[in-house]
Amino acid sequence: MFPFPLPEGMSRRHFLRHLAGSATLIGPSLTLAHSLRAQATQLGKTHRSCILLWMGGGPPTIDLWDMKPSVPTGGTFKPISTSGAGQINELLPLLAGQMQHLSVVRSMSTREADHQRGRYYMHTGFVPNPNVQHPSYGAVVAHELAAQTADLEIPPFVSIGGASEGPGFLGMGYAPFQVDSRGRVRNLEMGVEASRRMDRSELLGALEGRFVRENRGSAASEHAKVLEKTFSLMTSPQMEAFRVEREPETVREQYGDTNFGRGCLMARRLVETGTPFVEVNMGGWDLHQNCFTTLQTKLPEMDQAMSALVADLVQRDLWQDTVVLWMGEFGRTPRINGNAGRDHWARSWSVVMGGGDIQGGRIVGATNEDGTKVTTEPYSSEDLMATVCKSMGISLKTSFTSNSGRPMKIANGGKVIDELFG
Amino acid sequence: MLDRRFYLWWVFSPMAAASLLLAQGSSCAAEKADSPGAGNSKKAEIVEQLLEPVDLINQQIRLGWRAHDVRPSRQATRGEWCRRVYLDLLGRVPTTGELDVFLSSPANTISRAALVDRLLGSEYRDQYARNWRSIWTNILIGRTGGSTRRERTNRAGMMEYLQESLRANKPYDRIVYELLTATGSTSPTEKDFNGATNFLVDKLAEKGVQATTKTAQIFLGLAVGCTQCHNHPFNEARQNQFWELNAFFRQAQVEVTRDPDNNGRIVNAMLTDVDFAGEGRSREADRRDEIVLEMRAGRLVDRDAVSLGAAPVFYELRNGQVRVAYPVFVDGTSLAEMFSKEYPDRGVEFGNSSAVRDVHRRRELADLVVASNYLELALVNRMWAHFFGRGFTRPIHDMGPHHPPSHPELLAGLGVAIRKADFDLKQLQRWMVLSDPYALSSRFSRNNAKDDPALGGPPLFSRFYLRQMQAEQLYESLLVATQAQQTVSTEERGQLKQRWLQQFSTAFGTDDQSESNTFNGSIPQMLMMLNGDLVERACSIGNGSFLDQIATDTQQTNREKINHLYLAALARQPTRQEIQICNRLLQSRGGDVAQSLQDIWWAVLNSNEFILIH
Repeated sequence: MFPFPLPEGMSRRHFLRHLAGSATLIGPSLTLAHSLRAQATQLGKTHRSCILLWMGGGPPTIDLWDMKPSVPTGGTFKPISTSGAGQINELLPLLAGQMQHLSVVRSMSTREADHQRGRYYMHTGFVPNPNVQHPSYGAVVAHELAAQTADLEIPPFVSIGGASEGPGFLGMGYAPFQVDSRGRVRNLEMGVEASRRMDRSELLGALEGRFVRENRGSAASEHAKVLEKTFSLMTSPQMEAFRVEREPETVREQYGDTNFGRGCLMARRLVETGTPFVEVNMGGWDLHQNCFTTLQTKLPEMDQAMSALVADLVQRDLWQDTVVLWMGEFGRTPRINGNAGRDHWARSWSVVMGGGDIQGGRIVGATNEDGTKVTTEPYSSEDLMATVCKSMGISLKTSFTSNSGRPMKIANGGKVIDELFG
Repeated sequence: MLDRRFYLWWVFSPMAAASLLLAQGSSCAAEKADSPGAGNSKKAEIVEQLLEPVDLINQQIRLGWRAHDVRPSRQATRGEWCRRVYLDLLGRVPTTGELDVFLSSPANTISRAALVDRLLGSEYRDQYARNWRSIWTNILIGRTGGSTRRERTNRAGMMEYLQESLRANKPYDRIVYELLTATGSTSPTEKDFNGATNFLVDKLAEKGVQATTKTAQIFLGLAVGCTQCHNHPFNEARQNQFWELNAFFRQAQVEVTRDPDNNGRIVNAMLTDVDFAGEGRSREADRRDEIVLEMRAGRLVDRDAVSLGAAPVFYELRNGQVRVAYPVFVDGTSLAEMFSKEYPDRGVEFGNSSAVRDVHRRRELADLVVASNYLELALVNRMWAHFFGRGFTRPIHDMGPHHPPSHPELLAGLGVAIRKADFDLKQLQRWMVLSDPYALSSRFSRNNAKDDPALGGPPLFSRFYLRQMQAEQLYESLLVATQAQQTVSTEERGQLKQRWLQQFSTAFGTDDQSESNTFNGSIPQMLMMLNGDLVERACSIGNGSFLDQIATDTQQTNREKINHLYLAALARQPTRQEIQICNRLLQSRGGDVAQSLQDIWWAVLNSNEFILIH
């Protein structure tokens, strides 16, 4: 026996088994192809998933979801009607046909108009604080659904094509697993035979455990935890979920041969596999210049991928178990600057959400004539997060204990946006 | 004089009077010594102590322990101390030979000081410069900056400038001055090459917003970025201050040379200073109720601009009103005032002049920056965070009344000391690594459980905080530990390293050039360690490799071979239990010592104890 006291939740047998087991013996592709759908129905019953479509840089929501065609600062595009309420940009015709499933919240009003602060705030519900690192959406959801996703061997929080925000005080075990939109995970294969893996893990386990026991702070045990998760992932047939290229060509075409398209398709595969939180990044929205010409290429890419995702999830009966949220760190100025661009603007902007028990086809809130002010009840990141938690079946009474021992309410005590329900 | 913001910051701290005087005293300590005030005797006392900055550190840190009723951890082992000094100063673990030399020297402070002197001396000059060059490159242009030819920044150019400056131990204030005023080409292959241009060259787009933000953040420790659009919600920073600082950068201009045959890739960028036309023209215009801006040929111009004169910068308030800004430093020093005192006959507007021959705005800025107290405070805070795993404020680049420092007297005292020492970076580093708190164990004692920065309280530095190696440190450590790449040229080594490092960085693609790093204890990092090519190469048993040499060394017993691996990676001997496991491993490969050593080496390199600086 090896004296091998590892951190909580990490059994030695597990550690060794993962290292000894070989992915090649299991035949991942075969297993997954057969079990994906069966698993999906099974997993769908036990927990919901969330897909965050993250528009890095801050999209000009005034040009997308809350258009102001009658004012000079409203931009150059025309609005079109949709299958739900309200109108959206003419460059989003496919989404217009899916809007019965999605609702637009036009009354977002926040204060953080700096990228880093805005990214942090919209991902956590908290403004940056020097003394505590708050967990982001993905970490919160992964943590809350941990019991229901015990069989998941791949990380519960995946970030595709971008970086997301960290797990904060929940620890590196809930960190986003970052992959590119082709799902390439580097360094998965260990090049030695099983018996040597066993030997190696025995010594590594002893080293790891000894250093943890020496009581030097959490970094040592966090390392051991992530190591355990890494072993689990290396040998898991569930890794097949990242192989987006295994999808039939017709499906891939629907989503579009773009980074965001592949990312959305991978998100669907991950949700089917039981991943509770997937973030898909579409960057390049920091449109200080040439806003309108850039949108002419960006919007069709987004339109195709996002509409395909919604349609696919609906068609596969996953919609009622998957919450989809589209947002960036803020909106952009209702004014147009000297470079035909729009600058950062947090005071009045829009997000889009649907799935779970969120009602589609609705427009929530409104802004004034030129989009500079929210004229209805303003909503914050906290409210949005509370809404997502509610629709994921996560209790808003949940409270975390940050490592300073301070209790911290989930979603920072935000209130649910009631207009999206019932 | 100290400006109001700075003053407020110190008022927020408990021993305000003393530290305020100290911070002020840097440039004119002698005159201030007999100025009236309650803090006088206190101040004299602390200034006295400044003669020995190491003692100042020891004393001030001890005061903190007493105030919070904690006892420090015991001393780190000599091996641990040696390992961290090599990692923090040279960016790599010590070789077994280097470790041996230190461990066989007498266990006293003289040996320690001797080692630090060696590492900071001529013997290691190149390694030292290489390590700090990567650290400063990452600070100045980020981990991804200048790594593609779509950018104006030339990463190699930046590194070359820093390598030379750090190798010569150029004073820090000189480096800052050069970075802020640089003109010339970014690319080392051009004849008017000046690598220092690479700091600003990609930050001047969009009115130089990034140049403004990063200059304040990196050199002054001030986060002014948010005030670009609005007054800061909870500190004294106002929107006008951002644009007044920004006005200093407006003469800077970049000309880019592209290669038309190669997708328009950037071959060179040239940074110069030209007369700044201003966004409007006259003071007359500035007093108007409304300034009408019009688009002309793709640029925003003041419709009613009438005559030549001072060159203002315009910015927009949240309510849409347009305001005007002229160069004013963060402490309130305005060029108009400065120049009208110096050249009374040139009129009050002379300092706002747009012409480079009248007022060279970047040079004026650089003078103000290097004379400012913020410079040494930001530097000390940054260095402290490097050596102690946690700065006096968090984050280190957002100092001010809203983030009072954990040890204000120490911060101010070291600031005065380093300015007195002419910004000798090696001095500052020497003081820190030779201090008592730096020599503490990372293990908790019975009486300092609450001193854990992860808990959110003030850091007390009563133990050495664990932190993970940076990707650069891992890379260099593995090269050193395995004596790899000795046949590869320095230049090629640099390229290999750069390519390897890039896998961990992602740029967010936003105008603030922010980026993320997955070398942070995440799964991709673990996968890289477990299965990646770097560790695989380090574990090679090919002819002449590190492991091969040990395996085939007939002078060493198996036990000694295991010892060797432990010392090379962890700077310690294996425990009895580890020896037992290793012995079993040696038997299980049917006597193939090389393969067994490979397994042992792999496990050691993958352990938390290896990757964490402890």
